Amino acid sequence: MNQQPEQFPDAEDLCRELAAMMRPHVTSDTALVGIHTGGVWLAQRLHAELGITQPLGSLDVSFHRDDFSRTGLKPGLKASSLPCDIEGAHVILVDDVLYTGRTVRAAVNELFDFGRPASVDLAVLVDRGGRELPVCARFCAHTLTQPLPASQNLQLERGEDGSLTLRLLGE
Amino acid sequence: MRNPQLNGHGELQHLLTIEGLPRDILLSILDTAAPFTEVAEREVKKIPLLRGKSVFNLFFENSTRTRTTFEIAAKRLSADVINLNINTSSTAKGESLLDTVDNLAAMHADMFVVRHASSGAPFLIAEHLARTGRDHIHVVNAGDGRHAHPTQGLLDMYTVRHYKKDFSNLVVAVVGDVLHSRVARSEIHALTTLGVPEVRVIAPKTLLPTEVERLGVRVFHDLKEGLKGVDVVMMLRLQNERMQGALLPSRQEYFKEFGLTQEKLDLAKPDAIVLHPGPMNRGVEIDSAVADGGRAVILPQVTFGIAVRMAVMSMLAGH
Repeated sequence: MNQQPEQFPDAEDLCRELAAMMRPHVTSDTALVGIHTGGVWLAQRLHAELGITQPLGSLDVSFHRDDFSRTGLKPGLKASSLPCDIEGAHVILVDDVLYTGRTVRAAVNELFDFGRPASVDLAVLVDRGGRELPVCARFCAHTLTQPLPASQNLQLERGEDGSLTLRLLGE
Repeated sequence: MRNPQLNGHGELQHLLTIEGLPRDILLSILDTAAPFTEVAEREVKKIPLLRGKSVFNLFFENSTRTRTTFEIAAKRLSADVINLNINTSSTAKGESLLDTVDNLAAMHADMFVVRHASSGAPFLIAEHLARTGRDHIHVVNAGDGRHAHPTQGLLDMYTVRHYKKDFSNLVVAVVGDVLHSRVARSEIHALTTLGVPEVRVIAPKTLLPTEVERLGVRVFHDLKEGLKGVDVVMMLRLQNERMQGALLPSRQEYFKEFGLTQEKLDLAKPDAIVLHPGPMNRGVEIDSAVADGGRAVILPQVTFGIAVRMAVMSMLAGH
């Protein structure tokens, strides 16, 4: 496990950039929905920063994962919570890192179990490349020029003081 | 000997009984069940975890509630559900049971949910499947004889944890016909495994198994005495259909001594909750005022039962 956080821009800076990109598109119908776990932390920040009036939603995509038959349910399953009305809402899904696109596919499926949104956009902090599905983020604060190898895992971490950092795990 | 319910990785392969299951597996089932409660509140009450799987409800003994809740749980997981109500002839049980299993396995069953009047029938099926190289088929015990009813025990634990948060400081009383009750056995094993410091059983001597103390319980023959200071009252159904001989003078007499009335419940802690696995015999083991009162959590038990069964089936299917 080696750590190379210096390779990536500061997560706090990226968070501010992402909020600036999203701000012109936020209306009273915008509903923000974070994907567990990193996406929820990020969505909490964006929700406050952008002054979004609809309550913040969170999704655990485990029920819709496409690798269930191979890996089963992961421990630490959380309940999805969508206190905002999804029917007719302009939803922005929020995740920390965009990779294969499979999580986003599962999140969209999960979302539609709660109603029919008017539109769904995606906001991510980092696009690490390696897409396996036709998914792209409308709002993306940073795109890696070289896709990361599959053996590496880039994830958001939250410190005790609430500060966000990007961490690279694996060889 | 390896626990026949666990696979080589120590994961749950079948759910046959709570007895002997490690505490962390019980807790992981309860933890996993929590997010499933939310599925029932969605616009679309269905998730795809068991899509394309065939779940056979094999009921060799009558049941409405348990079969229905298993059916709902499997359907909310998107499984195909086939209900078979098979009336047992008291002869030819062993062989005909396994013949039935073989036929259904040939129809590409993925899971059997089994209710049987004979203790050990689900275990027999699981063993048979393992012996014949078909251990990818999972077995869930939905009640066997007087032996076990593990999903009922688990949903009762889920209910207790929902209201009491923590098992480690509770006094829990299991009240009534312990002798004939598979629910009581599953509850007692679950409570002791989860670390409840005091589990009581309250029943007339004729409705207790011999050496019941060996399950780690305190025995009371007086309901008023036994209810003093308890946090949770788990009522049992008086099993008329299993009564043989003169175990009780009369139902009226039983109600007088062991029926749960508000007056007797007042001896428990002020925030004590009352559970009942259903179906209730009102005026026999429980007074209507208690069953419909503010301390009863009997209907939430039914709702939680679906989530717990969804969690169990998902965990089995994922292993």
